[in-house]
Formats: sequence, C-alpha cells, structure tokens
Amino acid sequence: MSVLDPVVELARGLWTTLKMMVEKPVTYQYPEQKREVRPRFRGRHVLKRYDNGLEKCIGCSLCAAACPADAIFVEAAENTDERRFSPGERYASTYEINMLRCIYCGYCEDACPTEAIVLGDNYELSFFDRRSAVYDKEMLLEPVPTPEMLTPQKVEPGKYNRRSVPEMKDPQD
Amino acid sequence: MLSDWTLWLEWFIKALVVIFALLTGFAYLTWYERRALARIQSRIGPNRAGPFGLLQPIADAVKLIFKEELTPGRADRIIFFWAPVITLVPSIIIAAVIPWGTSFTAFGRNITLYLADINVGVLYLMSIASIAVYGIVLAGWSSNNKYAMLGGLRSSAQMISYELALGLSFVTAIILANSMSLLDIVNAQKSLVHIGNVTLPFPMWFVFVQPVGAVIFWIATLAEVNRAPFDMPEAEQELTAGYHSEYSGMKFALFFMAEYQKMIVICAIAATLYFGGFLGPFVDRFPLLGPLYLLIKVVLLLFGMIWVRATWPRIRYDRLMSFGWKVMLPLSLAITFITATGIVLADQFHNQLYFWAIPFVSILIGLFTVVMIYRELRRKAYERA
Repeated sequence: MSVLDPVVELARGLWTTLKMMVEKPVTYQYPEQKREVRPRFRGRHVLKRYDNGLEKCIGCSLCAAACPADAIFVEAAENTDERRFSPGERYASTYEINMLRCIYCGYCEDACPTEAIVLGDNYELSFFDRRSAVYDKEMLLEPVPTPEMLTPQKVEPGKYNRRSVPEMKDPQD
Repeated sequence: MLSDWTLWLEWFIKALVVIFALLTGFAYLTWYERRALARIQSRIGPNRAGPFGLLQPIADAVKLIFKEELTPGRADRIIFFWAPVITLVPSIIIAAVIPWGTSFTAFGRNITLYLADINVGVLYLMSIASIAVYGIVLAGWSSNNKYAMLGGLRSSAQMISYELALGLSFVTAIILANSMSLLDIVNAQKSLVHIGNVTLPFPMWFVFVQPVGAVIFWIATLAEVNRAPFDMPEAEQELTAGYHSEYSGMKFALFFMAEYQKMIVICAIAATLYFGGFLGPFVDRFPLLGPLYLLIKVVLLLFGMIWVRATWPRIRYDRLMSFGWKVMLPLSLAITFITATGIVLADQFHNQLYFWAIPFVSILIGLFTVVMIYRELRRKAYERA
C-alpha cells in the first residue's frame, strides 16, 4: 500500500471499466441470432420413431409415474397387424404433456424403457391460454420423411409381435 | 430603435430553444447513458427502436404517459402532486444564465446567444440549485412511506453538506474571473496562457489554473445531482427507489426528467466555469460554433458521470457525510484561500509567477489531503484488526 492509494485505486477502477468499452459485446441478437444449445440441453419433449416410422413409445406410462410434476398423461391401446403404431402389444393412444407443469427434469427420459421420449432443444414455448399448453401426441411425435411411414401402418403379420428393446448407451458427450 | 415586441419575441424564442434543448437532451441522455453503460458492461444496450435504438426515448415516453398513476392512501395529495413540479422547474430555469455563445447578427439586429447575462449569475445558479431539494424532500414526506421519507431526508442532508464545497469552488472561479457574470467568467478564460514572456499554446481554462477546484466542483456536483457514487437518496438496494418510490407514470417521469436535466445543466455549468464554456477554435469569427463547442464539452463531461457510475460502488452514508464535512469543505476553503492569495500577490508585486504558483500549491494541498485520507484509512484498519 502506498500513500497515494486512495487515488490510485480509484483510477485503476476507472481504467478497468474504460478498457471494457473497447471489448466486443457478448450480446446475441436473440430472435435473429440464436445460440446453439448444449448437447445435454433439456427442452421440449420429442417422441421418437424407429427408422421404418413405427413409434418407439409402447404406452407403458413409466414416464407418467416418474414425472415429479405429474405433467404426463398416457393412455394405452392394443396394436394389431392391420393398425400397427409400435412394435409389441401396445401403443400410446393418448400422450399428453402439460408444458406449464413440466419442470424439464428429464426423469421421463430416464424412465423410458424404449428411449421413446427425449427432451429436445426447443426452448421457445409460449401459449395464449392454459389449454394450448397441453401438448398432445401429434405435436410431440417426430415428423416422418415420407407419408407411408406415418402410423398406423399395415404390416406383415407376426413381424412386429415382440417389442424391441433398444441398446442403452452411455452418453457420449 | 427596437420596438418592444421584437425583443419579447426574441426572448420567447430563445427560452423555447433552451427548454426544447433540455427536453430533447434529457431524452437522449437516457439513451446515451444506457448505451454507454451497456458498452462498459460488454452489452449493446437499447438497439431495437429505430436505428441504434434512437427511438427508444420516444417509446419510453409513450409507455410512461399511458401508465397508471397511483397515489398512496393517506398521502398528502396536494404536496404529492406538486413535488415533481417543484423538482422539475428549477432544473429547467437554472439553464437561463448559461451562455452558449456570444452574439451574431440576423434580421438586421444583434442576437445574443444567451438568455440572460445577469451580473449575479453564479448566485442565481447557487440559489436555484438549492431550491431543487425542496421538491425531493416534499416528495419523500408526502408519500407516506418510510423509505421515501428516508430518501428525502438523506437527499437534503447530502445537498446541504456538499453545497458548501460546491459554493466555494464557485467562489474560486469567481475570484479568478473577477466577476459573477457567467459570460465574463467564460471570457476570462479566453486568452492563451502566458507566464512572464512565454506563451503556451493552450487557453487559460480555469481547470489549468485551479485543477483541484475543478475536481472539488466535480465531486460536489455528483453529490448535488444525486448521481453515483453519491446516489444515497435513491439507493435501490436500501430504499427501493428513495424519494420517488411511490411515484408512477408521468409524475415519475418528471422526477426522472429533473434528474437528467440537472445532470446536463450541471455539466454545462462545469464546462462554463472550468473548461472554457463555449470557447473553442474560430469561435470569434463564427459565433454559432459556440453552442457546438459547449455541446461537445457537455457530452464529454456527461460521459465522465456515466463512467463514474459504471465504476465506483455507492459510498456509505456516514462516510459520505464525513467526506463532505471533513475533506471537501476544508480542502475547498484552502483552495479558495490559495487562489485569492495568489491573485493578490501577483497584483501587489506585478509578477505573474505568483499567479502561476496557484495550480502547483493547490495540487500540493490536494496531495496532502490524499495522504491524510490514507492515514485515516490506515488508522481505521488498525483499529478493526
């Protein structure tokens, strides 16, 4: 500490802020310019499909059971080979997530036995009323590249009678 | 022979120009401050409304006009209504005596570039500046809110304390110029500096003659307009918003307006007293350059205020008071004494060297003050340990 410290320290503070003036602002011009989300970002949910378009969700309701906010509602129905939604016996005939209740904890993702529900990278959710905050199955399902991959599909009998369990991998990132 | 009404018209137009300049200045000072603060904090600041966010003040004004105005229950309604007005009016009329140029000829008549050149201009400034505190105290008192009350009380105590140092730094400029008229004070800073036979290539702005006086003036004005680091009356963290906690809508806008107009005006006064006012190159031949030079100086001084706000934390209230009474007041007294002595000695012995001893002795006294502050801080640290 020197005798002139009362002034020198004040001047050092001023110099620090003045230096900041020439630095590039960190601002993103948000609606036009968006930042990439992190790999493990938990945004809006997506219901995944297999490559042939069948839904991964088997309507087991484990996600609804795991949900701490009670935001998920699932109703299951039987698959037939004429009207097949997913491999195995059952599929989710109703799948609703209330986005106002959801806390984006990702427990549904962890609970899912078929990796059907994944928290995606969409964080731009807004609603004009509470009813439209409830996202139904059509809004959550992944889009398909061709219309014949849409569910329900007519499949050859017996091919998808067993439900397929995905190979569970540890996250790579 | 001038007919009476043309003189009235001239005054009326000039008064309108001053008021309009202050109102636009207020609007764009908010924009300027937000942009400058943002850049210091690695942000961009308002840039959406119009190019570079230049329409932002208009958007803010529209918002404030349409906001609901609340009056707290059991508030003193009459005083509550008039307090913003009492705060705003001094901040506008104080600009009347600030000269923004000499004079020019138009329409076959000589038009002066100042509203009024009264021979007690500095006294006028002092008195109007202290009236502004009434509005703040009344606002705090009539709000029926303890935080507003505390803000108003702090404000009055602070203004009274720093007014002494401010007044003495006014006195320094007065005795250097040998006049109380602001126009004379500016003109006294016109000549180039010459010591003995040597002429230096910079004008005799009083900041070169009395740098410590300029610093005191600067600190005291920061306290006077309640700016950081002396913004105790509206300390957000302690008093929510201080004296204007209970004000909303257009009444709040009036307080806001008063604060920013006071900033502009006080910077114009600082420029006039210590930085040569409207003086600059070629201002003798083209008097209309005067307002431009004054504007440039005011903008630079305003940047100083914003910069200080972005840098230094708010000072604690008891320290603010002891700094005002134990440091600023004795120092400004000493500065006034030194200035007066230097002038008298130079006069008596016809030797300009005495006059040019003023800045050096003043800086020595300033350094002595810094050393004393340092000792005091050391003593306090020792006591705490």
